[in-house]
Amino acid sequence: MYTPHTARDIEEMLRVVGVDSLDDLVRVPEAVAIKALPDTVGPLAESEIAARFAQFAERTAAGNYLSFLGAGAYRHYVPPVIGALAMRGEFLTSYTPYQAEVSQGYLQAIYEWQTYVALLTGMDVANASVYDGATALAEGAIMAINATGRRAVLVSAAVHPNYRAVLRTYAAGLEIDVDELPYALAGTTDFTTLEKLLAGRRYAAVVVQSPNFFGAIDPLPAAAREMLTASGTLAIGVTAEALALAVLATPRSWGADIAVGEAQSFGNAVAYGGPHVGFIATTNEQLRRIPGRLAGRTVDKDGRTAYVLTLQAREQHIRREKATSNICTNQAHCALIATIYLAALGKTGLRDVAAHNLVQLAALRDALSALDGYAPRFTAPAFNEFVLRVPGRAAATLAALERRGIIGGLDLGRFYPELADCILMAATELTTGAEIERLAAALAEAGADAVARA
Amino acid sequence: MPSPALETPLIFDGGQDGRANRYVPPAPPVAELLPAALLRDDLPLPDNTELDVVRHFTRLSQKTFGIDTGFYPLGSCTMKYNPRINDALANLPALRDLHPFVPDALAQGALAIMWELERSLASLFGMAAFSLQPAAGAHGELTALLIAKAYYKKKNDTRRTTVIVPDTAHGTNPASAAMVGYRVVSLKSDARGRVSVDAIRAAAGPDTAVCMMTNPNTLGLFEDHIHEIAAAVHAAGGLMYYDGANANALMGNSRPGDMGFDLMHLNLHKTFSIPHGGGGAGAGPIGAAPHLVPFLPVPVVRAAGRDETSGRWPSDALTFALEFDRPDAVGTMRSFWSNFAHMVRALAYCYANGAAGLARVSQLAVLNANYIRASIRDAIDIPYDEINRHEFVASAQSIKRESGVRALDIGKALLDRGYHAPTVYFPLLVPECMMIEPTETESKETLDGFIAALREILTTARTNPQSILDAPVTTPVSRVDETRAARHPDLRWLPS
Repeated sequence: MYTPHTARDIEEMLRVVGVDSLDDLVRVPEAVAIKALPDTVGPLAESEIAARFAQFAERTAAGNYLSFLGAGAYRHYVPPVIGALAMRGEFLTSYTPYQAEVSQGYLQAIYEWQTYVALLTGMDVANASVYDGATALAEGAIMAINATGRRAVLVSAAVHPNYRAVLRTYAAGLEIDVDELPYALAGTTDFTTLEKLLAGRRYAAVVVQSPNFFGAIDPLPAAAREMLTASGTLAIGVTAEALALAVLATPRSWGADIAVGEAQSFGNAVAYGGPHVGFIATTNEQLRRIPGRLAGRTVDKDGRTAYVLTLQAREQHIRREKATSNICTNQAHCALIATIYLAALGKTGLRDVAAHNLVQLAALRDALSALDGYAPRFTAPAFNEFVLRVPGRAAATLAALERRGIIGGLDLGRFYPELADCILMAATELTTGAEIERLAAALAEAGADAVARA
Repeated sequence: MPSPALETPLIFDGGQDGRANRYVPPAPPVAELLPAALLRDDLPLPDNTELDVVRHFTRLSQKTFGIDTGFYPLGSCTMKYNPRINDALANLPALRDLHPFVPDALAQGALAIMWELERSLASLFGMAAFSLQPAAGAHGELTALLIAKAYYKKKNDTRRTTVIVPDTAHGTNPASAAMVGYRVVSLKSDARGRVSVDAIRAAAGPDTAVCMMTNPNTLGLFEDHIHEIAAAVHAAGGLMYYDGANANALMGNSRPGDMGFDLMHLNLHKTFSIPHGGGGAGAGPIGAAPHLVPFLPVPVVRAAGRDETSGRWPSDALTFALEFDRPDAVGTMRSFWSNFAHMVRALAYCYANGAAGLARVSQLAVLNANYIRASIRDAIDIPYDEINRHEFVASAQSIKRESGVRALDIGKALLDRGYHAPTVYFPLLVPECMMIEPTETESKETLDGFIAALREILTTARTNPQSILDAPVTTPVSRVDETRAARHPDLRWLPS
């Protein structure tokens, strides 16, 4: 399929090549020749493919449910103009812009993306993107390891559990240690043991996330930042919901040396987990340790402004095993979508969206806290997520909500056994008052069910 | 329409306060919603009208070359046509808006897509199972090397510290090895441009963890001793890793599993027609032989129920779950389960072709590459002038000697003639290398046009080399000052 060759084309081309048949072109030694055709569905016509995927969509029931899931993937309003521009074939079907002269448009868009990330995080420079928030954290940790020569990192337990899991996977390869700081009663990181932990000068970096996995705004306190400086430890600030950067104090302002995170919220679909788009930003001091591609502005031979991939001596295709990372393909198109989203929303639109997230979260939290038996688990100010404590097990409450057509959020017992009576819930600008009322009514019923069963 | 040579101002150079688009209703000031100490001072982003944004990015797109605009013979990158139906399917609301944390029961269709694709890939490439998790080829390499490391650890084999990588390998191979703490042993290709059995026997030993190979290799040559090579590595106790960047050459014809590979990755964004999108997102699923399946990253899609694989839709009788509890798994490699939208595209592409169609795809990709090679061999050096696979390399060494025109210059001259340049200066062992991969979706007419353009450039290089050295002249900018870009890094706009 999708091949244009007529029988006559093939015949003529084989003659030019000097072989008799297509089979002669692909002949391999008998020992490694395929024995039978693989077992796959097809060929199908496009109309049949479309019908088959309509069945898959039909079999994916979640779309019929009201959902309060967040936890690192967020449903936001996406203006149609984003898709109309990003899906232009020139962008969609181009490769990495190695040939600068015919890639000026994409290179400029990457430069604009790098600028947006730098402006949002307050950092000096940002790269062209990495796979997602979790791998951004792992790559950021490697930067800190290389910068300090130390072999361990200290991570807040309030950092996204999947991000921590990925960090541990990468750490196993590099044989570095990952230790954790606990979270405190307010739902923010507990820094009381920090000074003692840093005394050994073992850690390359301390990692905090704000808003953290519980939704709590959790920047590095000034006193902690001073301890890091005194012990030569770097700070990595994580953001799993980049929209928060529109209103919250920047990672740079509270002392991050490396800011990493996930920008799916900027125009990209949740898409069952990907593709999303990770970012890494840092200070000029750490610029040459940053992984992946960088677009730079320069001039052409005639003195005109021009863009080009630059500082490639850090990268795998030049440095091979001495590269700062093995990354090659990144998430360029997702970053392009995010760039167009940020351009279209602008500071006014972005602030409005962020403010609606704050307003809707407050409405959600207030409505559910008013219910008998339900209460917020943590007290720290939050952005668009919070943790609800429920009577009994969260799993039972979520099952009761599911019977009422609602996906209530994430059972925190999945990651934190001590929080098995807690649900992580998100509200965005798309959450309506009516939806919150419906959830509150369902929770009241579910609570009554639980009491009746008990 | 503005001339393509006209500079496009940065999005940050335009915009005015008061020009915001009304995508969401007005909201209260954030200062009323959070304590001031938690808030940022300012947000220095421009407000633009939607029309400004549309013109800006439309202009940028017009200054970008894609498969949709022209022939893209970029070696090792498999720039084939990207069918639009695949994008439409990925955009179905039920799939596009599916949250990764929904209960499995509400995601059965999506899980069925992942399961069907996984089963199809396993069958197509001769592996026991695939993990769809890795986000790109290099990410797949890293995952597989972590699996190797975990495998040896489980066997208490602590001596395995090196990875054998031929000198034709992609740069990601050694870079990935370094990320798991393995030392790289580089293997010199023989006079035939292949790995010799003697060389591998000499290199493989008790310290060998993995031998990473691409087949066909980056010269476009099939490693015809792959069976003996794999046997030698296995005899030394090592594992064989298949870099799937060149898988477009062998579908339905030969399988890495049958060649003796234990682990492999695919670049679905190459072989399975997913748009590259300017360098990503990609997708780099990894396959594993039976003894390595327990080490695949979590989650994996587990199927339960009646196995009716003989039916037309094998997944319909099954129910699916994401399985996380696998004690030997290397861990998890990314925030969520896969680049799922790309799994949709890849399965749609599988459906469109079927196994027989994919075999045909590979045959025609090989035909196209050999047709170009045979049509230019009298005009440029072909260092390995034999039946190649889906790509081949030419060398501009003698042209450079005669005229000063280098591979890079020929690439730039092609830009002026409406073609993308081939991959140049890779693989490293061929001087003035040009690596040409046409893919199967290009017609004979397109190839003939390219051949004529290339031949004309090679003639002009000898008669009027300066015109080639000056190229490109029709593009939005002329040759870019890369030295200045690297010496004075300007990586972002700064507010004035």
